[in-house]
Amino acid sequence: MAAPMISLKSVSKRFGTFAAVDSASFDIAPGEFFSLLGPSGCGKTTLLRMIGGFERQTEGDILIDGEAMGIRPPNQRPTNMVFQSYAIFPHLDIAENIAYGLINRGLDKASIAKKVAQALDMVRLSGLGNRRANQISGGQRQRVALARAIVCEPKVLLLDEPLGALDKKLREEMQIELRQLQKSLGITFIFVTHDQEEALSLSDRIAVMARGQVLQIDTAAALYERPNCREVAGFIGNMNFFEGRIVSIAGGVAAIEIAPGQHVRVPATNGAAPGETAIVAVRPEKIDAVATAPQGSDNVVSGRALAGSYLGDRSLLLADWREGTAPISVSLQNRRSAVDADIFTKDAELWLTWPIEAGVLLKN
Amino acid sequence: MTAQAHSSTPSSAPADFTAARPEWLDGLWLILPTLLIVLGMMVVPLIGIVVVSFWTQTGFDILPAWNLDNYRVLFTEEGALYRILIMKSLWMSLTATIAVVVLAYPMAYFMAFRIEKSKLIWIILLTVPFWTSYLLRIFAWKVILGFNGVINSGLKFVGFIDKPLEFLLYNPTAVTITLAHAWAAYAVLPIYVSLEKIDRSYLEAAQDLGDSKWKRFWRITFPLSLPGTISATLLVFIPTVGDYITPTLVGGTSGIMIGNSIVTQFGKANNAPLGAALSCIMMLAITLAVCAFLAAIGRKRLKAADI
Amino acid sequence: MESLRKHFNLLSLFAVLYLAFLYVPVLLLPLFSFNDNIYVTLPFKGFTLKWYENLMANSALQAALWASVKVGVGVSIGSTFFGLLAARAMTRYRIPFRRGIYALIMLPLVIPYMVIGVSTLVILRRGLDVDLSLWTVGASHVLITVPLSMLVLIARMEGFDRSLEEASRDLGDSAWQSFRRVTLPLVMPGIVSSLLLCFITSFDEYLLAFFLAGSEATLPIFIFSSLRFPSKIPDVLALGSLILMVSIVLVVFAEWLRRRGVSGSDSSVL
Repeated sequence: MAAPMISLKSVSKRFGTFAAVDSASFDIAPGEFFSLLGPSGCGKTTLLRMIGGFERQTEGDILIDGEAMGIRPPNQRPTNMVFQSYAIFPHLDIAENIAYGLINRGLDKASIAKKVAQALDMVRLSGLGNRRANQISGGQRQRVALARAIVCEPKVLLLDEPLGALDKKLREEMQIELRQLQKSLGITFIFVTHDQEEALSLSDRIAVMARGQVLQIDTAAALYERPNCREVAGFIGNMNFFEGRIVSIAGGVAAIEIAPGQHVRVPATNGAAPGETAIVAVRPEKIDAVATAPQGSDNVVSGRALAGSYLGDRSLLLADWREGTAPISVSLQNRRSAVDADIFTKDAELWLTWPIEAGVLLKN
Repeated sequence: MTAQAHSSTPSSAPADFTAARPEWLDGLWLILPTLLIVLGMMVVPLIGIVVVSFWTQTGFDILPAWNLDNYRVLFTEEGALYRILIMKSLWMSLTATIAVVVLAYPMAYFMAFRIEKSKLIWIILLTVPFWTSYLLRIFAWKVILGFNGVINSGLKFVGFIDKPLEFLLYNPTAVTITLAHAWAAYAVLPIYVSLEKIDRSYLEAAQDLGDSKWKRFWRITFPLSLPGTISATLLVFIPTVGDYITPTLVGGTSGIMIGNSIVTQFGKANNAPLGAALSCIMMLAITLAVCAFLAAIGRKRLKAADI
Repeated sequence: MESLRKHFNLLSLFAVLYLAFLYVPVLLLPLFSFNDNIYVTLPFKGFTLKWYENLMANSALQAALWASVKVGVGVSIGSTFFGLLAARAMTRYRIPFRRGIYALIMLPLVIPYMVIGVSTLVILRRGLDVDLSLWTVGASHVLITVPLSMLVLIARMEGFDRSLEEASRDLGDSAWQSFRRVTLPLVMPGIVSSLLLCFITSFDEYLLAFFLAGSEATLPIFIFSSLRFPSKIPDVLALGSLILMVSIVLVVFAEWLRRRGVSGSDSSVL
């Protein structure tokens, strides 16, 4: 990676013994669309606010474009923020809102007016410059907040759940706009969200957080296909887990005993050793369910149907395979005309199969 | 300072953040002037008056001779007057407070639940009478109830009476009525705010669960309006105990209160230590009365009302 | 008929009677201020403006009025300024002992003025040997109005999104600029309310002024002493009516200002 735009050096925010953010260290490249993803209370917003200078870290430091930020206030940082509530100043009109930061940069009136007009045009709000915040829609307000931050030409744009308040359709439109805008401007975006789909579709890379810790930083595909722990696997998409013990590793394939005498095989990971307890994670759509015992499959688990539901493009099946464990969910594409209809009958006997490379071996 | 926003000011971030000034210190600076005012104009004087209450007046001088004489006097024969005055003041304030709150509650209820549009007009309508001087509002009752007042002269004019009714003015009842009028807004507004805050769906839920309107009021509306009702009660009761204007103007000799005698000690009687002791006793009496009131409401209900 | 019955019920009747109870005594004053009779008694004798004319010639009254205006303006500005700082500290900083400090500042609201008055008098005269003047009255009025101002302004400051201030900092404002460009305009309706409330409280306060004014009389002191002399009462009634009128104009003006202002929904123009 080229010289990072943002570099976090073991940044923590502690209140007594509680760590809102616990020793976060990672780099973000220039021009990257980077997301902080996690459930509410995981520390993602606190981390974003520390980068913006709204909260002080209690340990560590943040470098932006090579410069240590220390405890510099927000007005002395090369970042701008799009707030969750948008924070459009109610006593100023839209144009004045957008001009707000430009005035601080000592520009003359004419060039401020020009930049404001350009910004309004960019977010398709030309002609609404003299409206007030309460006279425009939520989506328009969101775009004003965006324009107001972008006209300041920050090195890094911080976005705190900017699409959270919009309805689904508008949100999807704005996602596309946001992505296009980021590509054309080339600014580094740091985007906080709890919506995994949003993060997956927008980001170059995503940091998944929980309880103040950064669990994994990777591209969307890598997070989905190769989660590094149970928490990431469970948070992004749906996942089935089989707990067991590694009995052997040979040729890059580990065999795990998930029930007495029942083994499944999965690609081995570094550091895994026979005798350890482990978890095999398999995505619902990578499992096939059939009504007759299959021959020659890598992994086969027999079970009983619990419930099925038809979802149009796919059908969802819940199957019990062993008493005392969570049921396995299977997602079946409805592409073939006949997914075995029988297997959806409650208590129908069925077999679940998946290839070796579909599973992921996780530490317990 | 302004154009520097995104330029490269030399960065010298302190590595040790404990060395940086904590943010709350800025907040303390902001509140410091107000704290100093409260300390200088209230805390110090209150300590002062407690101290003086243990001193002695001899002639024109106050001797810092520590003793309990000023308090002891209250329990002797000659102090009976003060004991009676304190009890009477508490009693008159209490009656006035009950009158104020009982009258104010339906008004607040009316404003909160019956008025749908232009509530602000009603609030203004309610407060306008309070824009005249407090003194003149009290005086107005003297005009109404007086020997040659509106009622007497009116009744005489239409021939109902020959001689003016003398029982109207200069008695505790006159004080109570006058106080009830003078403090009305202080009671209506807090109760109104409390009632206004009540989520209307609670009321619908209560009715849905089988409450009649009357039951609903006692089970939902009234408990939820307790914060406002309690603050209204205290807001009226506490200042009226020490009132001076009202008893002086409409109380007559039978209607004087403890405040009058405190003023006398600091003025004509020239016995500041005794006046100080009376002030302390009055504050103590008010505090006890308030505590008794809150205890009567009960901890559970206070908690539920979130006070 | 149905709607008529709906609107006319016991509660509405009570509300009307209650308003009458509030208004009748107060409205008697302007009524008698036009009555051509030195005694405030029925029946009305005739219309006159002479009590108002008397006001023009009454220099003691004018001096007292001027004294009260001076104190009131000073107190309202001072208290609102300190109240603004205090409200900001309360709403925007994690200060230690926050609840204790808040309770202490609110305490003057629940201590009888009588007690505050005599104890301040004792300290100033016996303890510090300070000469009584309008300054001492003003200082004690600041004490009793600062909590009011703080209450009004805290309500106002809590009423708007905190990220507005953060946004202005983010867009390059220093702490002071952010306060001036964003906080102040948004708090302005509260400031107007606070100024009015503090002025009226000080302007109308009698007991503290009585103890602490020294030789200079404020308006309430003047009125109180006038009430003992029947001959002076009509003048006082005329003055009271004028004050009432000015107050109403002021309230209406403040309300108009508030409606013009930004989306403020608080009705703290008490």
